[in-house]
Amino acid sequence: MPPPSPEPHAAHGAHVSHGAHVPYDARGPHGELPRDVRRFTPGERAVHWATAVLMGVCVATAACLYLPQFAQLVGRRALLVTVHEWSGLLLPVPFLCGLASRAFRADLRLLNRFGPHDRAWLASALARGRQRAREAGKFNAGQKVWAAWIAGAVLVMTGTGLLMWSTGPAPLVWRTAATFVHDWLALAVGVVLVGHVWLAANDPESRRGMRTGRVARAWARREHPLWRPPSEDFDPDAEENGGQSGGRDGQDAEASARPHH
Amino acid sequence: MARGAGWCSNQGVDSTDEGSGGPFGRAVDGEGAPVGRRVLLGTLALGAAGLAAAPYLQRGMERGLGAVAGKDPTGLTGLLPNGGGFRYYSVVSSVPEKGPEDYRLTVDGLVERPADYSLAELRALPQTRLVRDVQCVTGWRVPGTPFTGVRLSRLLDAAGVRSEATAVRFTCFDGAYSESLTLEQARRADVLVALELRDEPLGHDHGGPARLYVAPMYFYKSAKWLSGITLTRGVRRGYWEERGYDVDAWVGRSNGRDDAPTVA
Repeated sequence: MPPPSPEPHAAHGAHVSHGAHVPYDARGPHGELPRDVRRFTPGERAVHWATAVLMGVCVATAACLYLPQFAQLVGRRALLVTVHEWSGLLLPVPFLCGLASRAFRADLRLLNRFGPHDRAWLASALARGRQRAREAGKFNAGQKVWAAWIAGAVLVMTGTGLLMWSTGPAPLVWRTAATFVHDWLALAVGVVLVGHVWLAANDPESRRGMRTGRVARAWARREHPLWRPPSEDFDPDAEENGGQSGGRDGQDAEASARPHH
Repeated sequence: MARGAGWCSNQGVDSTDEGSGGPFGRAVDGEGAPVGRRVLLGTLALGAAGLAAAPYLQRGMERGLGAVAGKDPTGLTGLLPNGGGFRYYSVVSSVPEKGPEDYRLTVDGLVERPADYSLAELRALPQTRLVRDVQCVTGWRVPGTPFTGVRLSRLLDAAGVRSEATAVRFTCFDGAYSESLTLEQARRADVLVALELRDEPLGHDHGGPARLYVAPMYFYKSAKWLSGITLTRGVRRGYWEERGYDVDAWVGRSNGRDDAPTVA
């Protein structure tokens, strides 16, 4: 997990404490737009990478517990079981921490809501259509389905995992059933994870977005034409964090001229 | 935004957006039906349904996969859940390999005549062949598996168990695993020091050259890489039993499981 890079606006945080905030004040001397736009805050990226690390540990320990080739290589069954149980149990924690971030909550809303363009996107993807009619907001329909499904799947894995954990006199027909669901869903999660990593591997700019938080404006226009990136030094999380630099509006360009206080 | 609106509907979509320029000009990011939530809740519901249907699904899968696995030259079905076959479990990082030259099995503790067997000496004793199902406490089962070896009771009788002994402790040359049985359990005719699996010398991965085989119990009782048999005053819990598993591990009557017994 790369360390989160500093807030892009932190270096010029002093000039944002004026009452009114003008959007696009990061324009160059000739009024041109910056080449990059911000896609993810450090907090959001931390949620992603913490989840990724925990998921990686879960998958690796699962492989060593489950696949004979790895089991013979690694052994250490009791340790692997403990690491697997705890990394699995902690898996929802980055998400829960992320709820403290306004930017993260805003993205959850974007992920949740499906517009007509999302339906068309899915239809196009399912038909393997090359007609490039794939309209998307900040997240395309595939990313939305992925996010919702993996969230549900992680919760099912956590639930069935907890049922399997108890060796006590729990209703233990349940434990066998939980093992069954856990095993097969693990297989599905594995396949879908490979897809996630594969798509990321084929889109360097998308990876840069999750690594540095910034993407090229041209890429955003091409891949996410409906997305309205925030104006350059709007920090959705700063408002909640309070402090002198807080209180800035500007989630929508229209709203950002509103005076603060 | 109307929660119940169909997600393909344009209803409620704000048209103040300056327009995407595409065929969906009125679409706005972040508006529309909460399909994400529905997918998430649907996944949860499917998980719960899978839990409820698991006993039936599992039976079907085992039957189906069992039939396919028999004819599968790639062995890939063995990697699927309930795909059949043994799974390799070890509690340590690596286990030394022992063969006819350096393998030793000791019998000690509360006995009149402590003993020390080489592999050749064990093979020279009368052999018993048992064909039973193997049932692991984690769920996998391998049907009709022949194990061949020396009855444990024969080794106990040869050593002369002293009257104060009530239990047997087993130790392994992996350096960590241990198991135990009551003396009564250990004297059962279906408890072996196994030297062969499926009529072949027991391989290292299966706990060779010699392992315990306790036919009526969950397979964790059948300690692999057996190196020591010690008669004790009382039952001393084994490796997994220290970690929550039952000491009296009868298949179908312990560990909260209801598998079909492996021994009638």
